[in-house]
Amino acid sequence: MRSAPPIDAFTLRRRPPQEKLIDIGFRQLTLVLAASVGIILLAIFLTVFSGAREAMATFGFKFLTTSAWDPVNEQYGALIAIYGTLVTAILSLLIAIPIGLGTAIFITEDLLPSKLREAIGLMVELLAAIPSVVLGLWAIFVMEPAIRPFLNLLHTTLGWTPFFSTAPQGSGTAPAILILVVMVLPIITAISRDALNQVPIELRQGAYGVGTTRWGAIFNVILPAAVSSIMGGVMLSLGRAMGETMAVTMIIGNSLNFSVSLLAPGNTIASMLANQFGEADGIQVSALMYAAVVLMVLTFVVNVLAQWIVRRLSLRY
Amino acid sequence: MTASSPSTVASDVCMSLQDVTISYGSFEAVKNVYMDLPKGKVTAFIGPSGCGKSTVLRALNRMNDLIPGCSLKGRVIFDQHDLYDKRVDPVEVRRRIGMVFQKPNPFPKSIYENIAFGARINGYKGDMDELVERSLRKAAVWDECKDKLKESGFSLSGGQQQRLCIARAIATEPEVILMDEPCSALDPISTLKIEETMHELKRSYTIMIVTHNMQQAVRVADMTAFFNAEAVEGGTGKVGYLVEFNETENIFNSPNQQSTLDYVSGRFG
Amino acid sequence: MSLSTPPPINHFTERLTLHYDPGLKRNRFNQVANAIAAFFAALAVVPLFLVLIYVLIQGGRLISLQLLTDLPPAPGLEGGGIGNAIIGTIVVTLIASLIAIPVGVGGGVYLSEYAQNGWFSKFVRFGNDVLAGVPSIISGVFVYSLIVATRVFFDQSFSAMAGGIALSVLMLPTVIKTTYEGLLLVPQEMRMGAYGVGASRFVTITQITLPAAFTPIATGVVLGIARAAGETAPLIFTALFSPFWPEGLFHPIATMSVLIFNFAIMPYEAQNELAWAASFVLVIMILGANLLARWISHASRS
Repeated sequence: MRSAPPIDAFTLRRRPPQEKLIDIGFRQLTLVLAASVGIILLAIFLTVFSGAREAMATFGFKFLTTSAWDPVNEQYGALIAIYGTLVTAILSLLIAIPIGLGTAIFITEDLLPSKLREAIGLMVELLAAIPSVVLGLWAIFVMEPAIRPFLNLLHTTLGWTPFFSTAPQGSGTAPAILILVVMVLPIITAISRDALNQVPIELRQGAYGVGTTRWGAIFNVILPAAVSSIMGGVMLSLGRAMGETMAVTMIIGNSLNFSVSLLAPGNTIASMLANQFGEADGIQVSALMYAAVVLMVLTFVVNVLAQWIVRRLSLRY
Repeated sequence: MTASSPSTVASDVCMSLQDVTISYGSFEAVKNVYMDLPKGKVTAFIGPSGCGKSTVLRALNRMNDLIPGCSLKGRVIFDQHDLYDKRVDPVEVRRRIGMVFQKPNPFPKSIYENIAFGARINGYKGDMDELVERSLRKAAVWDECKDKLKESGFSLSGGQQQRLCIARAIATEPEVILMDEPCSALDPISTLKIEETMHELKRSYTIMIVTHNMQQAVRVADMTAFFNAEAVEGGTGKVGYLVEFNETENIFNSPNQQSTLDYVSGRFG
Repeated sequence: MSLSTPPPINHFTERLTLHYDPGLKRNRFNQVANAIAAFFAALAVVPLFLVLIYVLIQGGRLISLQLLTDLPPAPGLEGGGIGNAIIGTIVVTLIASLIAIPVGVGGGVYLSEYAQNGWFSKFVRFGNDVLAGVPSIISGVFVYSLIVATRVFFDQSFSAMAGGIALSVLMLPTVIKTTYEGLLLVPQEMRMGAYGVGASRFVTITQITLPAAFTPIATGVVLGIARAAGETAPLIFTALFSPFWPEGLFHPIATMSVLIFNFAIMPYEAQNELAWAASFVLVIMILGANLLARWISHASRS
């Protein structure tokens, strides 16, 4: 038998001061940690902007519309890289949207046993986990040689258009677009799948109840109900595609000459940074920082737009 | 009792269920149902929760196809066809047997498009404006909608949404309308309005309605089917079955079965 | 006895039979649409298989103890290994985790447990989404300007530490988001229960709330680490590369991802092969971490 506790063991007692101190201290600590997000974001903007100031003062807005990139004469214009960033990102999305959306529909509708659908979903997610540098390696040694005959065909049949006017020569814009498709496909698929899964079963039943077929329900009821989330996902992927660096750098050719042809080597802001930043000095660093500002503004606008679309356009159901 | 097994179906019978058993996976939800649902009448399905009345209703236009693992044994005869024959197209079935659901579920479209959508996919060639107005009038929701046909279906109140869904169902001019507890999510006034709508509708359509509300069955139904559930030996859950199917008056005033009497007099369920 | 009057005029001409007619326009359309969706799903899965097969065959056949423990050869020479890069990837990822996990979990705790959904918490969550969208190369530029160019660490420019910090900027948003969302899932009753027995805020969070949200947080953190381990862009001009064994946290360090980048574009067969071998090791590590994360969240659910 243990003896009963002394009478005052549970009498009302004051919390020891150090306990209160810990409580307040912990709260302040987490506050600072949360604030660090804002601080880091601000620091990134300030660092890059201040680095770009010299180039901004020297080249002004002409930087955005000229294509000279000449370290010898210290003349810089980012048009090639800006054009390449937009073209690769937008074209890759145009290819990836139908494929990703089709895949998402395929794995949310009851076309297959659910085990098989889950397996396909898992594989698409694993594709997203493969590092971009590995995809770049694969693009150089496997994909590009494999699609070369196809690109040659494009050149011989459609060579009269400016977009295919040059003979394919290994690295170029077209293979970069294809590897970007591989990279944004999992994002579009995953977001579309979540959006489709969130469409309430009642809506689906309602559509079937008036006698639609499966695809009648998909096109007329389910996709319209999910469209805002899907659009948000597409914008998010656009931001990702514009900022994607490694795989694109390894396959796009990093050309400093402007060409409209998709089969010719090109450049993007991100790959220009990856290639030149380490070895640049003087005003070239500032010019690269200026390009980085352009990239940041582009991705910032696209990402904010993505969040706005999801919040504002979402339907009540 | 009509729980016999006719091999031919009389002409005043709209749908005939012949030894219907519906299972989810290996679990039998409702068992051995025989029923001849008459044409041009309102038939109510009543019974305690879990007795399978909604499951039977959804089987009548093959809505259960959407539920993975749900299977049906027996025959459901409609227009001289077994609806579960392999050659039957469920889409075609649903075009002729419309449905109104428990929760109002307008499409994410305008009020006008909610009505026009079903008619259009059913191959309607006539005047669409006229059809929309006629359907909304029949569903007694025209006055509330006529000034905002271009607005989203979600801008309506819950009761109005449900009547919009009824209008949507009748716009395709089905022969039968199934209603799965159409008033359970609504307030009493909306419920009353929908019941009035049903009285109008039964002049043109055969209606089957699942309801939890016995007063509602008395008010709207010509015929009533009472379902119950019993635990089975060795089974994990309860299995539903049809206890009694008769004129509503008989079910509520002089039922043949003791359990029906217990239920309608409020002694259980 | 027929009380029913059939609909006056039937406008619907297509009602002839209940039988499925594969020749109907809508049914043909359905078949075509099914086939297209199936084709797209196949297209989406094919790249994974092609990449995995090549990495497993091209990289897997080179794997040996020597490869895992040797230094890379000088350009033009044969043999060698990726030992320093494996260690480097672990070191840099560890630095990033040691920074991003405490900061991220702390920030997530503040957002979920203390913040009153006012302007500050809205701003932090918005900023977190923006930070998650910042291109990874920008994080490299940022750390280069802040740390490498200024030589703040013992007058060293490129260093493992700089690389780890650059990676942590990328990890941070993931950790904050998963912590915040994981804590939101903890039922309010659990916190009330702890307060009810007189626990302080600090004790409640550290001993009740955080452990209750362990699974989603751990899942997110593992996925974040896996992503960071494969990142290259932030490392190219922060951690740089080194053909030698790591000399310390404040010296340039080799990593597998930068090794793949550097060696893939070299015109030497031996270097190209090492790039494939490093890809193999990296992919196995990352897919392993992904499956681990999946297992964590799966194991707790059942």
